[in-house]
Amino acid sequence: MNDPVIRVERLGKSYRIGQLQSHRTLQESLSNAAKLPVRALRSLVRKEAGRPSKNPTIWALKDVSFEIRKGEVVGIIGRNGAGKSTLLKILSKITLPTEGRIERRGRVGSLLEIGTGFHPELTGRENIYLNGAMLGMKKTEIARKFDEIVAFAEINRFLDTPVKHYSSGMYVRLAFAVAAHLEPEILIVDEVLAVGDTAFQRKCLGKMNEVAKGGRTVLFVSHNIGVIQTLCSRAILLQNGTVLADGDAAETVGAYLRRLEGFASQDLSTRPDRGGKGLIRITRVEISMGGNSPASILATGRPARFAFSVDRARPGMSCSFTVYDQFGQPVTFFDSAVHGRGDVSGLPDTSAFVCEVDELTLMPGRYRINAAVMWNGEYQDHLEAAAYFSVEQGEFGGRPAPQEGGYGNLLIHHRWITPGSKEALQ
Amino acid sequence: MGENSLLQAKTSVSEEPQPAVVIEPLKGWLSFDFHELWEYRELLYFFIWRDIKVRYKQTILGGVWVILQPVMPMVIFSIFFGALARIPSEDIPYPIFTYTALLPWHLFASAFFASSRSLVMNQSLITKVYFPRLFVPLSVILGGLIDFAIAFTVLLGMMYYYRINLTWAALTLPLYLLLTLLTALALGLWTSALNVVYRDVHHVITFLTQFLMFATPIFYPASLVPERWRILYGLNPMVGVVEGFRWALLGKVQTLEFSALLSLPIVLLLLVSGLLYFNRTEKTFADVI
Repeated sequence: MNDPVIRVERLGKSYRIGQLQSHRTLQESLSNAAKLPVRALRSLVRKEAGRPSKNPTIWALKDVSFEIRKGEVVGIIGRNGAGKSTLLKILSKITLPTEGRIERRGRVGSLLEIGTGFHPELTGRENIYLNGAMLGMKKTEIARKFDEIVAFAEINRFLDTPVKHYSSGMYVRLAFAVAAHLEPEILIVDEVLAVGDTAFQRKCLGKMNEVAKGGRTVLFVSHNIGVIQTLCSRAILLQNGTVLADGDAAETVGAYLRRLEGFASQDLSTRPDRGGKGLIRITRVEISMGGNSPASILATGRPARFAFSVDRARPGMSCSFTVYDQFGQPVTFFDSAVHGRGDVSGLPDTSAFVCEVDELTLMPGRYRINAAVMWNGEYQDHLEAAAYFSVEQGEFGGRPAPQEGGYGNLLIHHRWITPGSKEALQ
Repeated sequence: MGENSLLQAKTSVSEEPQPAVVIEPLKGWLSFDFHELWEYRELLYFFIWRDIKVRYKQTILGGVWVILQPVMPMVIFSIFFGALARIPSEDIPYPIFTYTALLPWHLFASAFFASSRSLVMNQSLITKVYFPRLFVPLSVILGGLIDFAIAFTVLLGMMYYYRINLTWAALTLPLYLLLTLLTALALGLWTSALNVVYRDVHHVITFLTQFLMFATPIFYPASLVPERWRILYGLNPMVGVVEGFRWALLGKVQTLEFSALLSLPIVLLLLVSGLLYFNRTEKTFADVI
């Protein structure tokens, strides 16, 4: 019973840098081959073998080892580019490792992206069969599970509608339903549930729990730390392709959060883990109450000031950021491209954005922000955990703000009215 | 995948230790997992079924296209080559002479063309779902048989019209069909895998298909080819196929008795090397596609 179902030994995966960028043309290879026949031929063979060559390589995973036992629910966390998705792809056999090995026992159901197996022109019914077959189910097996899948996905009425007419929520529901009803011994789920609505997310988490209770194994990637903590008994933290922490979910999540904070204090321009086209980069984020108050400490009901510096000024660029609570749940979103009444525009080519809040409506606690810069209709830069800040207790609308750890994380201006008062009569 | 997955479907988790799937860097030249191909065999059927369903959805004429594709060139060839250029057709009415050749040719050309693009067309699947990649080009090629069957009914109608009777020789048709499919598969395996890495391969395919069409006796009889070139000519597998089709259905014509045999080693060589190359590269499709 306690045999490992997955044993990963010193796993490594490298990509040639050029490999990720462009498809070569045959012409190019042939002209190279004409010049240097032997070398070109060798490189052709090497490349297809997936072995490292002399070209610069990046290691998406390096020296990763762990074992997972039957019935474990393991969360994999880490920032973008930490190697989470590469690990899941190798576990699912989609791509081969460059070194090391994996031993895997039992049928795998993997859901790396929602609805990839779906054909938009086919109906829900047809796609259930197609998707099931792609995941390794037999036709008879799908037929037996069919009603259960439909009921779980809640698509009965649209069963004979082509899935191109489905909403994204319906897509997710159907895709998850097929994968979860495959009855895999190992269920591998990438960050896909973020698409669905909360009610369905809960249902999926319930199903994953059920799968785990049935003695099967679940591997789960998520940015939602709250979900990892509730669902998983164990978590593995990846950073830059290596295992940084592996153990109790709460402890690993703690390590992850501390890690993120450590990153946030650095100069942002040197951070390698960023998204976007890169023509403009965020170099600094300063958060304060305004004036000379200490950085990164805010208080409920007081003003707040979020300042972002970028390395290049381009007319028409915009800045946006999302505030997350300590469980990784998004709280609110700000976007300079959406104009409001109080906006003040200065020079057209400024290299800073300042977002001022008159009265902070966040409850006390720790928060994190992800920041992004848009220009020319494209993301130029995207930074996870660009900054952290604490909100201290304060006063809000004449009341003391609730303590940290209360329910929710937002405050709203309000008043209470009791019968017999003047307001109640009006 | 789990060896016993079928048996376990009901009990879902068995206590017996299962054979492990080992995932490690590629070693050696050949790593076909025949057991896995067998496990996934129903997927091959589902891929064919998907392609056919999608092909006939959202089209006005639906199945009519399948018939028009070989019928239109037949009409054009009959006008220009048959009536105007008066290309000989061995005493067989020109339309049926060329249509008998167009049928297997069209099966080959469309299967080859579609299979060479099949992996790239299924890019999102290949990077996100694991299944035996071989089924992608294979399903496209087998799917072509359905279109062939539909277009074949037109030939039967024409044979009735021209009072040509089916003979026992028609029983050899499956052999020629098999040769057509193997040829398309051999070339399709090479080109689909190459297309993943080199996107300009499809230019080569267009050119190669055009060239092969002229090098196959579709709108002219093979007897037009000078004697001393016949051996070289016979190396094109489609020459044997077309000659075989005419012989099996229309009788009379058979200029190159051994041409089908001549091309056989070539097809087998291409097929085996294509399988090896495909097998060698399929593990990295997800990285380079």
